[in-house]
Amino acid sequence: MNDRRQIKIALAGNPNSGKTSIFNGLTGAHQKVANFPGVTVEKRVGYRKYGNYDIMFVDLPGTYSLTAYSLDEKVARDYIINMNPDLIINVIDSGNLQRSLYLTMQLIEMGVDIILDMNMWDEVMENGIEIDTDKLSKLLGAPVVKTIGSRSQGIDRLLKTSVALIENGHTDQDEVETESEARTEKETKEETPSSEKGRRRRRRSMHDYHRHMHHRHPPVSYGPKLDDVVKTLSEEVDHSCHGCRGCGNPRWLAIKLLEGDQEIKKRCIPSEKENIALTTRLEESVEHIKTTTNEDPEMVITEGRYGYVAGIVREVMKQPPRDRMQFSEHIDQLVTHRLLGYPIFLAIMWLIFQTTFKLGTYPMEWIDAGVVMLQGALASIMPAGAISDLIIQGVIGGIGSVIIFLPNIVLLFLGISILEDSGYMARAAFIMDKLMHFLGLHGKSFIPMLMGFGCGVPAIMSTRTLESPRDRILTILIIPLMSCSARLPVYILFTGAFFGAAAGNVIFAIYIIGILIAVLAARLMRKTILKGDSLPFVMELPPYRQPTIKSVAIHMWERTKIYLRKMGGIILIASIILWVLGYFPKKSEYSIDYETQIEQYRFLESEYSEQKIAELEAARATEDLDYSVIGRMGGIVEPIVSPLGFNWQMGVSLITGFVAKEVVVSSLGVLYQIGEEHDEQSETLIGVLRDPVNGISKLGAFAFMIFVLLYTPCVAVIVAIKREAGWKWMWFSIVFQTTLAWVVSFIVYQGGHLFGL
Amino acid sequence: MSLNDLKPGQSGKVISVAGQGAIRRRLLDLGIRSGETIKMIKAAPLKDPLEISLGNGHISIRRSEAALIEIKVVS
Ligand SMILES: Nc1nc2c(ncn2[C@@H]2O[C@H](COP(=O)(O)OP(=O)(O)O)[C@@H](O)[C@H]2O)c(=O)[nH]1
Ligand SMILES: [Mg+2]
Repeated sequence: MNDRRQIKIALAGNPNSGKTSIFNGLTGAHQKVANFPGVTVEKRVGYRKYGNYDIMFVDLPGTYSLTAYSLDEKVARDYIINMNPDLIINVIDSGNLQRSLYLTMQLIEMGVDIILDMNMWDEVMENGIEIDTDKLSKLLGAPVVKTIGSRSQGIDRLLKTSVALIENGHTDQDEVETESEARTEKETKEETPSSEKGRRRRRRSMHDYHRHMHHRHPPVSYGPKLDDVVKTLSEEVDHSCHGCRGCGNPRWLAIKLLEGDQEIKKRCIPSEKENIALTTRLEESVEHIKTTTNEDPEMVITEGRYGYVAGIVREVMKQPPRDRMQFSEHIDQLVTHRLLGYPIFLAIMWLIFQTTFKLGTYPMEWIDAGVVMLQGALASIMPAGAISDLIIQGVIGGIGSVIIFLPNIVLLFLGISILEDSGYMARAAFIMDKLMHFLGLHGKSFIPMLMGFGCGVPAIMSTRTLESPRDRILTILIIPLMSCSARLPVYILFTGAFFGAAAGNVIFAIYIIGILIAVLAARLMRKTILKGDSLPFVMELPPYRQPTIKSVAIHMWERTKIYLRKMGGIILIASIILWVLGYFPKKSEYSIDYETQIEQYRFLESEYSEQKIAELEAARATEDLDYSVIGRMGGIVEPIVSPLGFNWQMGVSLITGFVAKEVVVSSLGVLYQIGEEHDEQSETLIGVLRDPVNGISKLGAFAFMIFVLLYTPCVAVIVAIKREAGWKWMWFSIVFQTTLAWVVSFIVYQGGHLFGL
Repeated sequence: MSLNDLKPGQSGKVISVAGQGAIRRRLLDLGIRSGETIKMIKAAPLKDPLEISLGNGHISIRRSEAALIEIKVVS
C-alpha cells in the first residue's frame, strides 16, 4: 500500500466572491473565471499534490444560501452531503462580510469542517475596512486565511492551513473510531456489497460527525427558545434515521424541516404513516414556533441566522465599510443610462465583432499561405496516388480550411471573457431584463444567451442558475439561435467571398437576425407549448473589476485548446471519411474517352491544348465525384437545397456540419479539392465559390449563412440539451430548427429573386 | 409605501417582506429583511428593473418584487 493520502476539498461561497480565482490558484487548472453570478454551474475539479497528500479540489456553484429552491444551491448542498468532502474552503467576499457569513452559518450547520478564506482582502485594505480576523476565527471556531485571488496571493497559506486542519482533525482518529466502531461495523454490514471503499467512506463520515459532536464550530444559535425546539426535533430526526448520517447532520436536517424544505422532508419523512413520531414532532414544533412568535418558522430561522451573523460582524468589524460601489456607480451612470445604455451595449457588441473580423484577417492570411505552401511541398515530394491524395486533399484540405479561423475564435473569446470578468455582463442583464420579460424570460436568461455566442454547450449548462424548469427549457431552446463561434468560419468564408468590405456588417446582421428570430420563437413558445409566467428576477450587480490578464489568458488558451482538439479529433475524422466517400468508388467507364483525348492534345503542345487538357481533367474529376458515394448523396440532397440557392456540395457540407459547425467549411474544402492538382496557383476555396460555373450567387451565399445560423444544433449541443431538458426537447430542437432554417432560407432566396437581387 | 416609491438617492428601512416560497426566500437570503436599510440607486432604462444598494452591494430587482417590500423612508 502506498502511504499517500487522498483528500477532498470543496470551495463554497457567494457568486463573485472569487472562488474560481482561488481554485485556479490552488490547482493551476485551466478553468473559466467570470464576473457574473452563476457562471460556474457545474462542479469543476482540479488536482494538486502537497506533501503526502493527493488533494482533489472541487469548485462548487456560487450560492447565497443552501435551499432547495435553486438548482445551484441544490447541487452545492447535495455534493456536501453525498460526497463528504474532508474540508470546505469557504471563500468570503471580505468587502461584503455580512452576506458572506450568512452562507457560512449554513455550512457550519451542515456539520462540515470549514476554513474561512477572506478573499478580496485588497479591497478591504483599500476601503479602510478593519476586520479582526483573530476574533472571527475564535467566534466561528474555524481558521481564517486572507487572500487576494486575482493576484494569487495567500494561496500557499491557504493550502498549508487546509492540510494542517485535516491532519489535526485526524490525530484524534483512534479515539473517535473506537467510540463508533461497533455501530459503524454494523452499518457497513447492512451495506451490500460492503466494499472496502464504501466502508472507508462510511467510517469517514462517522468520523466527521464525531468531530462535530466535539463542537469545533460552535453551533449557530437562534436564541434559547428556538434552540430548544431545534434540539428536540434533531433528536427525533436522529432517532428516526437510526443514527445513519446518509442524509446529513441531524441538527441541520431538523432546521431544514422547520424551514419547510420539501426535498429534505421527502428524504426524512418518506411516508407520513411510517414516520409518525417525526411527523407529529415536526407539526408540534412548527405550531409551537408559530404561536410563540406569530411568524412562520422559515422567517424566524432566517431572522435568527441573520441576527447571529450581525452579532459576529459587530464584534469583528471595527471600521464600517465605505461604499465600494462608488466607482461602479460612476461607470454605471453611463453604461446603464436611460438613453445611452442601449447604444453603448450595441456599440460594445459591434466593436467585438469588428475586432474579431478585422484583426483576425492578418494571422488568417499567414496561416492560409502556410497551408497552401505545405500542400504544394507535399505534392512535390510524395509519389502520386491515393495516399498522397488522401493526405493533401482530405486531411490538409479539410483541416486547413478550418484552422485558419483560429485567430477569429480566440479574439471572440477575448471579448466575451473581458465582458464577463469586468462585470459588464451583469449590467447587460440589468438593462435587458425588461426586454427579456417581454419574451417571458428574465434578465438572467440573457447571460446564457450571450454565452451562446461563444459556444452552446457551456451556455446550456449555465441555464442551471434559472430556478423555474420552464424558464430553463425555453432558454435552452433559444440558445442555439445565438450564433456560436463555430459558425463564424462559415460566415467569414462566405462574406469574404461575396461581400468584400461589407463583410463585418453582414456578419453583424446575421447575428442580429439570429436574435430577432429567437425573440419571435420565444414569444411563440411562451404562448403555446411553454405557457406560464417566468419567475422573479433578483440578481447581484457586482462591482466593476479590472479583468486580470491571467484569467483572460487562461480563458483564451482554454478555447484554443478546445479548437485544436476539435481539429485533431472530429474534424480530422470527418474530413477523412468525407474524402474517402468522395474518392470511391472509382469510375471505370466515362461518358467520353478522356485518356485518349488528353493524349491527343498533349501531342499538339500549344497554349490552346493546355487549356483543353485542363478542361478535360476537370470534367473527368466532376464525373468521378458524381459517381462517388458523396456524389450520389449530393444527388439526393440537391433537390432539397437547390430552391435555397445551394449547390450539392453545400448540401452535403450541411449534413456533415451536424458533427460540428466548422465541419461545414472543412467539408467544402475537401469536396472542392478532390481531384485537384496542387501547386502554388491552386485556387482558394473563396475563388471556387465565386466561380461562375460551379459556384453560387451572392444571394445564395446569404441564404446559406442564414441556413447555417438556424439549422439543427451540432451533436455536442444536442447532447447537452438531452442532458438538461430530456429527449423530447432534444428532438423538438432538431426538427424545429431544421424546418425553420429551410423555410427562412427559402423566403430569403426566393424573395430576393423576386426583388431582382 | 413600497420599495417602488423610493426616488433615486432616497433610503428606506424595510418594515416587512411579503410574498412566499422561492421569491421571499431569495429576498431574505440576499439580505432584504425587516430592519435593513435600502437605498434606491436608479431604474433601468426601461424603468424596470431597479438597482438598489443594500449592505455593501448592489442588487437588481423587478418592480413586481419591489412591491412586496414595505418600507419607511429615512433621511
Ligand atoms: N480585487 C480583487 N478581485 C478579485 C479577487 N479575487 C477575484 N477577483 C476578481 O473578481 C471577479 C470574480 O472572480 P471569480 O473567481 O470568477 O469569482 P466566482 O464567481 O466566485 O468564481 C474576477 O474579475 C476576479 O478577477 C481579489 O482577491 N481581489
Ligand atoms: Mg466561478
